[in-house]
Amino acid sequence: MIEDWQNGGFGVYVHWPFCQAKCPYCDFNSHVVAKIDHESYKSAYLFEINKKSAAISGRSVTSVFFGGGTPSLMEPDTVRAILTALKERFSFSNKAEITLEANPTSVDYTRFQEFRDAGINRLSLGVQALNDNDLRALGRLHSVEEARKAWEIAQSCFDRVSIDLIYARQNQTLRDWEEELKQALNRGFSHLSLYQLTIEDGTAFGDRHRRGRLPGLPDEGLAADMYELTQSLTSSAGLLGYEISNHAKADEASRHNLIYWKSGDFLGIGPGAHGRITLNGQRMATENQRAPTVWLNEALNSGTVGTMAPVSARDHATEVLMMGLRLAEGVDLGRISLICPDLIDPQGMSDLRDQGLIEIVGDRLIATPRGRALLNSVLVALID
Amino acid sequence: MTDLSHIRNFSIVAHIDHGKSTLADRLIQETGTVQDRDMKEQLLDSMDIERERGITIKANTVRIDYQAEDGENYILNLIDTPGHVDFAYEVSRSMRAVEGSLLVVDSTQGVEAQTLANVYQAIDADHEIVPVLNKIDLPASDCDRVAEQIEDVIGIDATGAIQVSAKTGQGIHETLEAIVRELPAPKGERDAPLKAMLVDSWYDAYLGVIVLVRIVDGVLKKGDRIRMMSTNAVYPVDRIGVFRPEMQTIDALGPGEIGFLTASIKQVRDTRVGDTITHEKKGVSEPLPGFKPSQPVVFCGLFPVDNAEFEDLRDSIEKLALNDASFSSEMETSAALGFGFRCGFLGLLHLEVIRDRIEREYGIELITTAPSVIYHIHMRDGTMIELHNPADMPDLTLVDHIEEPRIKATILVPDDYLGDVLKLCQDRRGIQQDLTYAGSRAMVVYDLPLNEVVFDFYDRLKSVTKGYASFDYQMTGYREDFLVKMQILVNDEPVDALSTMVHRDRAEMRGRAMVEKLKDLIPRHMFKIPIQAAIGGRIIARETLSALRKDVTAKCYGGDATRKRKLLDKQKAGKKKMRQFGKVDIPQEAFINALKMDS
Repeated sequence: MIEDWQNGGFGVYVHWPFCQAKCPYCDFNSHVVAKIDHESYKSAYLFEINKKSAAISGRSVTSVFFGGGTPSLMEPDTVRAILTALKERFSFSNKAEITLEANPTSVDYTRFQEFRDAGINRLSLGVQALNDNDLRALGRLHSVEEARKAWEIAQSCFDRVSIDLIYARQNQTLRDWEEELKQALNRGFSHLSLYQLTIEDGTAFGDRHRRGRLPGLPDEGLAADMYELTQSLTSSAGLLGYEISNHAKADEASRHNLIYWKSGDFLGIGPGAHGRITLNGQRMATENQRAPTVWLNEALNSGTVGTMAPVSARDHATEVLMMGLRLAEGVDLGRISLICPDLIDPQGMSDLRDQGLIEIVGDRLIATPRGRALLNSVLVALID
Repeated sequence: MTDLSHIRNFSIVAHIDHGKSTLADRLIQETGTVQDRDMKEQLLDSMDIERERGITIKANTVRIDYQAEDGENYILNLIDTPGHVDFAYEVSRSMRAVEGSLLVVDSTQGVEAQTLANVYQAIDADHEIVPVLNKIDLPASDCDRVAEQIEDVIGIDATGAIQVSAKTGQGIHETLEAIVRELPAPKGERDAPLKAMLVDSWYDAYLGVIVLVRIVDGVLKKGDRIRMMSTNAVYPVDRIGVFRPEMQTIDALGPGEIGFLTASIKQVRDTRVGDTITHEKKGVSEPLPGFKPSQPVVFCGLFPVDNAEFEDLRDSIEKLALNDASFSSEMETSAALGFGFRCGFLGLLHLEVIRDRIEREYGIELITTAPSVIYHIHMRDGTMIELHNPADMPDLTLVDHIEEPRIKATILVPDDYLGDVLKLCQDRRGIQQDLTYAGSRAMVVYDLPLNEVVFDFYDRLKSVTKGYASFDYQMTGYREDFLVKMQILVNDEPVDALSTMVHRDRAEMRGRAMVEKLKDLIPRHMFKIPIQAAIGGRIIARETLSALRKDVTAKCYGGDATRKRKLLDKQKAGKKKMRQFGKVDIPQEAFINALKMDS
């Protein structure tokens, strides 16, 4: 019998917590500091990898993802050392996807070649907008021109390049977004991550929003129109909306992110990184200290990193459902009932079917396009 | 026992905030009844809610010893009466227990409607009235104007009004002298059979029910066997005493005196305000006039937010009812809200006080349904049904006609706001009966249906007059009108807890207002929800709550799973707090807020 995590595979996430500037919408674990001791951080990453891989060494790795923060600000040598350490402990196939997130500024793109040489084969570029005013409003340090240069260099260095864009920005009209998205689609990217701007607590935007100082955000109707337009434009351009915010040509989906959505196992390395690792049949959740220096100290001086706690069957099944329904392919109902037989409310499921928000195809539960746009509400109704 | 000529019994009539309790505190302090170190603000208001709202719900009393300028020692008994229209009957009984009143008017404000209602009660009780102008230490104080107003509006001589600052103590001595000099001593026969009035009663955890009494004739002693004339129940008296203001036991109470008794009475319900107490043997045969059992006039449903708390709610209601004979309850089942109680109250303040106490003292979160009055449903077969709950409305084909309770409302308002007040009363189906001026203030008297007033009339009145209007009312009787039951349908299902009785001519307007309100109060769902108001089978107003189109987290990766899962758990818990109607979740506050009108 296979273990549940094998439905999603296994990957490694490496978090680099530093940025040149903090973007006002970002609620990720990112920090701006004057000076970074790259050698110490490298040692800390290697220590954590060594420590956490012991119990699961020999597994086959589907993917490695350097996220952040701005991992394109890492020393390429650190990236290389991390990949070398991982390869010593796990088996890598030739097709293993090694992604790095990057910002399209000159500081970053002048090192793309070195990152490729260190082992990166996929780049995820945080372009965010294709007009300079909006880039400034989003607190980005690059211009559209720089972004264009960055993706051209990226496309010459890496097998695969994805760009991120944010829509539903302040004062953005449906027409504005249509123009912008068409421009992006004309560039022939094989993967696009298209996110609706979300105002999160604890961010500069969140603070401004609470004080009523963030005018011009679209209402729910316009946001829905933008989301639907995004789905139709990308699919006519041959990019399948395989996940709520992710669109890709055939076989170009992010294999690493699919591990999350299919609830596979993943090692979380670095400050604030979360992981899910199945040990002796029990799914465990790992979580690291968010503050970079605290994490660093722990790794270099205490001999252990982060915390680890079992995930209950119900929480595990909830995650499988919650993450899986984000995918166009949906989720295997048999898998969920194997983990937690009474998670799903049959009445809720039947109502949602009647409302055309979900469908059942074979043994798969799939959120319809309308249901995916309402996934948060759908999940509340679906879970008993 | 004190000689009748050395007793003075009085109450204080005042509007909220005009300084009644502070004045009472000063009188107690000035005479040394309470040591300074034991003084706390508003000594007589004992319950938290009373203190917080600055109102008195139960009658309180204090016995003050005072040596007057004539060298004689007097006993002054102050009864602090409830100060709100809801407790008009209790006020009238307290008034009957004393011979005079201090009419306290804020010299910076003037006479208010509530003062009027209570002063008329005092006049009805043949009181000698001593006007007291309070707050003379404030710059805005205008004693001449206010004295003139007292003469104009109330029609009593205010030339001898005492000028007082309860805050600084100025005029307190003069007030005490006036009480002795101006107020009549009580009358009564020491040798006659016992005749005492039950003024009020309340429950004490150690002593059982404490009964506040005024002796009219005869003598009440410890060990006597007494009979309550309305119930014929007999009790042995085990304690007699007075309040100073703490309890002090004494051996006997004679005519003209006010004090308390305890007699192993288990429930406040067994003691009826206004009842006559006499001896079991050789008692009087005629009770004191004016007794009437108290009748709730406003009804609403109280349901626990958490259905599992139903038994706790039952307990709390039973406990409160033990101490409040005017509060009634019976079990009610609602398709929407589950098990709860249909409760009757003396008025809206009474309702709020009880609801607050259940929530605060017993920690039970409540859903309160639309307040309703009692309708008289006259059936074709000649019988009459008292309808307390619109959900129980009988089949219309069997109904001949419906009557509703009316009130006489007295409103005092600066004339700048008169137009708004007239419009409000007109909109609430009022019939103007009187409109007079006293200086720049108008006094308006309206005949209004009680059902237009019970819910938010007072809030609206305060809002359209920026708080300058004062309001009082009394029930006047029943009158036939064209009344219908209006139902609210959410997603085509009737929601019983939102049913109301309305006048046919106002039904469209009310219906439209309610469905519009509900459209804002009910969160959007994944499907569109029609919200309709209907009379019988006919829809009179309709709104559609559009379906939610977008509700999904944009970014959700490995590091977000824990947080998003916890958020989902929280949303599930939030949904559980709402009430499900078919497939629609209605938040608990919607039931009461849907009824609030903007005009």
